[in-house]
Amino acid sequence: MEALWFALAAGMVAIYVVMDGFDFGAGALHLGVARSDGERRQVLAAIGPFWDGNEVWLLAAGGVLFLAFPKVLASGLSGFYLAIFLLIWVLILRGIAIEFRSHVRDEMWRTFWDGTFALASVLAPVLLGAALGNVVRGVPLGADGWFALPLFDSFSPSGALGILDWYTVLAGVTALVAIAHHGALFLVWKTDGPVAARSRAAAAWLFPATVALWLLSSLATLAVAPDVLRGALARPLALVCTLLFLAGLAVSFVARRQGRDLLAFLGSAAFLLGLLAATAASVFPTWLASTIDPAHSLTAHNAASAPKALRYGLFWWPFGFVLAIVYFTILFRLHRGKARAAAEGEGY
Amino acid sequence: MDDPLFWHRLQFGFTITYHYLFPQLTMGLALLIVVLKGIGLRTGEAKWNDAARFWIRIFGLSFAMGVVTGIPMEFQFGTNWAQFSARTGGVIGQTLAMEGIFAFFLESSFLALLIWGERKLGPRKHFLAAVALFVGSWLSGYFIVTTNAFMQHPVGHEIGPDGVFTVVSLAAFLFNPWAIAQYLHTMMGAVATGSFAMAAVGAYWTLRGEHPEPARVSLATGVIAALAASILVAMPTGHHQGRMVAEHQPVALAAMEGRFESGPNAPLAMIGQPNVAERRLDNPILLPSILSYIAYGDFSANVRGLAEFPESDWPDNIELLYYAFHIMVGLGTIFIAVAGLATLLLWRQKLASSRWMLWILALAFPFPFIANTAGWMTAELGRQPWLVYGLMRTAEGGSPTVHGGSALFTILGFAGLYLVLGLLYVWLVLHEVAHGPRPLGAPAHGAAGQGGD
Ligand code: HDD
Ligand code: HEM
Ligand code: HEM
Repeated sequence: MEALWFALAAGMVAIYVVMDGFDFGAGALHLGVARSDGERRQVLAAIGPFWDGNEVWLLAAGGVLFLAFPKVLASGLSGFYLAIFLLIWVLILRGIAIEFRSHVRDEMWRTFWDGTFALASVLAPVLLGAALGNVVRGVPLGADGWFALPLFDSFSPSGALGILDWYTVLAGVTALVAIAHHGALFLVWKTDGPVAARSRAAAAWLFPATVALWLLSSLATLAVAPDVLRGALARPLALVCTLLFLAGLAVSFVARRQGRDLLAFLGSAAFLLGLLAATAASVFPTWLASTIDPAHSLTAHNAASAPKALRYGLFWWPFGFVLAIVYFTILFRLHRGKARAAAEGEGY
Repeated sequence: MDDPLFWHRLQFGFTITYHYLFPQLTMGLALLIVVLKGIGLRTGEAKWNDAARFWIRIFGLSFAMGVVTGIPMEFQFGTNWAQFSARTGGVIGQTLAMEGIFAFFLESSFLALLIWGERKLGPRKHFLAAVALFVGSWLSGYFIVTTNAFMQHPVGHEIGPDGVFTVVSLAAFLFNPWAIAQYLHTMMGAVATGSFAMAAVGAYWTLRGEHPEPARVSLATGVIAALAASILVAMPTGHHQGRMVAEHQPVALAAMEGRFESGPNAPLAMIGQPNVAERRLDNPILLPSILSYIAYGDFSANVRGLAEFPESDWPDNIELLYYAFHIMVGLGTIFIAVAGLATLLLWRQKLASSRWMLWILALAFPFPFIANTAGWMTAELGRQPWLVYGLMRTAEGGSPTVHGGSALFTILGFAGLYLVLGLLYVWLVLHEVAHGPRPLGAPAHGAAGQGGD
């Protein structure tokens, strides 16, 4: 049962990245791909109905982690204290930028929020990628299951670990580029006119950048956490996920060139989903690896809630999950087709 | 002050108090929007939908603030209360996860439809979107209140030898009698906030002679709902809360009333300053025997004072607790009077011409926010020194690896960010109020309605 909850929690994190990823990516690119106020409002109309629901996947994944692996949540969030608050502040600014921007028709007001939105959309994936980097690399967990890391220390490969160091920042930049690629493909699919054309051009160079950075990060992972890659090769599930993400990557490239925009976006989604699933499958059962002594690591076995709590969770979780899928289906159906900038004063 | 716990408490208290300013408004408005849209659907009169459209815009702004200030709350269980989370996740993790899955998805999906979809959906489906949003926001209130109720009155759990809590009866935990009482009272408090806000805007427009139709609708709906909510928040729900506290947290009740000595025929203090060092209430004005009645339904019942309990179990801020409770109850009494008088005038069709009453209504809207905040301070300060009542002390709950300097850093960050966001929010709401309801599908701003005005 612990394995099942590990899969559910990791799966919800992966869904979160795919979903919020497209609006992060669109936000990170929008200053470049949308130049006029009308074009910016088209980008906001494309992500507007979805972004809050997408972010709920983060909360729901956090809730599941809280329920099933409270020690992991507690140790991780308090150990990464300052980085977590940076992420929270970035998410606050981003949400406010989206919601407040179009309420006032004033050029300076809108320019300010456009800039805030872009900056926050760049920082959020970098921070999330760095978080994943920390999880893969491991943290200095002591025997009591707690740790503290400085926000940053040395950025040299031989120096001291920090929440942000050369490896995790590399992971963060990789995440940013992959998510920008994802967001570009979303905009290609959901918009038309100049925004779609510029997004298509952006996707064309973001694709090789994603591949190159992904390869580079994999090499770096080989250096800092060799076990993870070994796990990936040894476990059939991890291999299947690896094939999924490679296939997704290929589809995102081919389908974009053929103009099958939805398929290209789904390919990119499969890439992100497969990459995270493969990572989870290779690190299982470890949630947080200790760099001090592997015996201190927090795993799905030693950090899980009692079986009774896990069993109760299974009573209601499937209903909630199905409902969430239903809501998103309704939402995407009602907002099908290309997004148009809303009339001034309606929507975003 | 070198104790990090102080900063963790300050940060949690500050961020949750700020967060709750918005949900109390949106939960209240969600119900009133359903009422407006429902009447609009039945009568087919445009003014109801015009008023609803205006309130949906205010709802949207407030909801955005509720969302962005709610996200930090979820994280702070882990960042600031790590030991608490590690030990109780097997219980309160259930409701926090349910809130995300059952409530937040519902709210976030249907809000977009409510704000944008009036033309696309047509009146009937647009009404249903309002209902969905109402259900979502009231569900999220239930799950979070249940979480808090477990901390106030833990039920349905067992504690392992390692001190870890596990839920053993999901039904007992979800239908905790404390949660039901707390929920009904909290929701009525939220309706009070929403309805006083609605009445205030209606009164303001009426005073200025602007937007006469939506003004009349907002005023009437707001005033009637305000009276209903003000009565219900006191009787039976507030009274019932008081009884629960008397039964399960007698030491908190004694502190709320500044009552140091035990005895029968306990009076209710209307005014007075708790003097904890001397253990008495200074300059009291007392209503004889009323406290005995509130707490036990019997004018002669014995109500225990603080002296009967070990000092280590006393709430650690008796003064603030006492004032918070009295502010809430005092304001609650005033709300009944104000809303009652306004309803009387409305019924006699004199409200629109009673300018003094319109002034009072236009200025009254901040007070339900204060009453709700004071109510939560009563609940949360009264819970001290326990994090989970009787089972886990607040001092045991902090994050072992976060020092006071880090916590102060983030408190300052929140203070600055929230100040700016709060100012922007108020400015935008005033902008909307000045502009009034927009016709369906027309451009937002007239030529003069440029930003910066
Ligand atoms: C408009 C808001 C409002 C108003 C007018 C009142 N309350 Fe209240 N009260 C709340 C809003 C609120 C609240 C914010 O909803 C609280 C905080 C936690 C809770 O359960 O409800 C609360 C808590 C609360 C508690 C503390 C429960 C605890 O310690 O856990 C008691 C005893 C009462 N209320 C009783 C009353 C009485 C007797 C009132 C008489 C007029 C009253 N309240 C008016
Ligand atoms: C929205 C209304 C709420 C308000 C205004 C509020 C207010 C406060 C305040 C002022 C404190 C600081 C207490 C102190 O330092 O003595 C506090 C602490 C706390 N509250 Fe609440 N609270 C609210 C709701 C909740 C809910 C719903 C929960 C749980 C789900 C909760 C959990 C906590 C925790 C964990 C602490 C920290 C530990 C402690 O000091 O007891 N609060 N709250
Ligand atoms: C520690 C306590 C709390 C936590 C962790 C918390 C968490 C959150 C989060 C994460 C959101 C954003 C949801 C989204 O993205 O759509 C939110 C919004 C909301 N919260 Fe809270 N919250 C707390 C206290 C409360 C309380 C006490 C209430 C009501 C009694 C409440 C009612 C709501 C409602 C109705 C919303 C929807 C947004 C809005 O209407 O403003 N919350 N909360």
